[in-house]
Amino acid sequence: MTTEHLFDLQKVAKRFVKGKDSITIFDNLDLSINKGDFVAIMGPSGSGKTTLLNLLGGVDQPTEGEISFDGQRIDKLSENLLAKWRANNVGYIFQFYNLMPMLNAARNVELPLLLTNLSSSERKQSVATALELVGLADRAKHMPSELSGGQQQRVAIARAVVSDPKLLLCDEPTGDLDRATADEILKMLQLLNREFGKTIIMVTHDPSAAKYANRTLHLDKGKFVDRELAA
Amino acid sequence: MNDFYLIYKNLTRKKLRLTLTVFSIFIAFTIFGAVSALKGSLDSGIEMSADNRLVTVNKINFTVSIPYAYVNKIRAMEGVKDVTHANWFGGYYQEPAVQIVSMAVDPTTYFDVYNELVVPDEQMQRWQSNQTGMLVGARLAKVYGWKVGDRVPISSNIFSQKTGGQTWDFTVDGIFDAEDAKVDTGYMVFHYKYFRETNSYGGDNVGWLVLTTTSSDLNEQVAKSIDEAFANSSAETETSTEKAFNKAFLEQIGNIGLIIFGVVFMAFFTILVVVGNTMVLAIRERTNEIAVLKTLGFTSARIFKMVLIESLLLAFIGGLLGLGAAKLIVAAMSDQLARFLPNIAVGTDVIIQALLYMALLGLITGIAPAINALRLNIVTAFSRG
Repeated sequence: MTTEHLFDLQKVAKRFVKGKDSITIFDNLDLSINKGDFVAIMGPSGSGKTTLLNLLGGVDQPTEGEISFDGQRIDKLSENLLAKWRANNVGYIFQFYNLMPMLNAARNVELPLLLTNLSSSERKQSVATALELVGLADRAKHMPSELSGGQQQRVAIARAVVSDPKLLLCDEPTGDLDRATADEILKMLQLLNREFGKTIIMVTHDPSAAKYANRTLHLDKGKFVDRELAA
Repeated sequence: MNDFYLIYKNLTRKKLRLTLTVFSIFIAFTIFGAVSALKGSLDSGIEMSADNRLVTVNKINFTVSIPYAYVNKIRAMEGVKDVTHANWFGGYYQEPAVQIVSMAVDPTTYFDVYNELVVPDEQMQRWQSNQTGMLVGARLAKVYGWKVGDRVPISSNIFSQKTGGQTWDFTVDGIFDAEDAKVDTGYMVFHYKYFRETNSYGGDNVGWLVLTTTSSDLNEQVAKSIDEAFANSSAETETSTEKAFNKAFLEQIGNIGLIIFGVVFMAFFTILVVVGNTMVLAIRERTNEIAVLKTLGFTSARIFKMVLIESLLLAFIGGLLGLGAAKLIVAAMSDQLARFLPNIAVGTDVIIQALLYMALLGLITGIAPAINALRLNIVTAFSRG
């Protein structure tokens, strides 16, 4: 492990118990992701893409193996500590945006900041900056239902970056969008990677989306198909 | 924005559901407030009974009179301090429906026995020397706007005058009151002599006797002595403490406590089911959103707290509105009810009890969805969505 690595996964296994059966998703999975990488994870349905993303995002824990983030083991953290780790380090972008329908765009973006010690005025300033960054400063007071899919995803991006995390995890971020809007979103992610140094890990089915990444990993049946790419 | 804002937005996101749920809680607490006020009013007679006051009635039942001669016989008994007597007049004012609690009493001893009642000396002297005078309780006087010096005709639905007619003319000689607001002053008293001399029947009898003992320790002994003294006579007696007498009187209507418990229990059980179901549904609908909050870094404990507060808020909004409505209804009707239900009010004890019930309702209906939210696994929640 070097300090260049943001993530180091060693011999990670993930198994689920379903009734009397144990289903293995991964076994002995090794992976390193460098700081500032934009990684696309591709693969067929059931290959383990989302499970891997969940492990990297600290919303799930491995059955075996080690996961280190910036030199810190996260695979053994308690639920509470993992929640704090997520709040401090990770921004999430979901396929279906997952905005709170009863909050306007600005309030949605503000949500992660409730987990910080920022004052109300500091939070407002950060929200304005994030919305400005995604080009939705004029839609701050709009409810999610008043925004298009692309706009909702941009609000979700603003929510993901507002607390300035090192890592952005994107689960099929363009899966619900048309091509033109998808390209806009992907360009925005590329900008966040190139200009702001965010490490981005994106799960996608879409080869066009993967082209925006600087590294692509292919997963199939819980294994990286191209080992050179994983190393 | 803070957690409370999130709770508020979640609570108000479905206006119709919120309105209907709050309304059901509102109704339950209105019933609770009003019925508890009724019980409080009925119980105040028992509560305010003096420890050393006894009531002697005819053993057949309290509507059958007893000889006037018993008064002096009882007065001479050991342990007896003061004795007075009263006759139920069955009075009404102008219309038979407008009943007035009215009694013919002994003006020289009545206020010795009921020493919690206060009458200005000058008014007392005027009343004692005026056979057609009456003393009116402060609350009754307030209801009809009677003042000292007013001439008031009171009719009886039981008795008639020797000269014919059922109406007696009285002069308001004074107004009695009590320092403790719980003491009933919603009635009037007048001279027994006036009643006996003008009444067409009844003879030299009194309705019941009220006496005080020199010490409440002697109550049982004095009661036994009185009843033994008149055993095997034409008018046997039954003596009990004023508290027991009032309680037995109320129980003629039925077990008020049980009736109230039944009504309140049914109302609360119904809203418990309604609100509990609403909360479970509301939280289940938000499974995905709770998973998102957890993903963002909100801890399970924080989300548990938010759901529980939401449920408590719901209970308190509906409950406080209901209690407020009960207070307004009871206050608006207290004057009309004053003749039958003295001092009816939603008191502090009822308010405290209601607040406890609101908290309990909020906790019971909120605990299951809060635990569900606490245990919600992010991966499972998203895979369901």
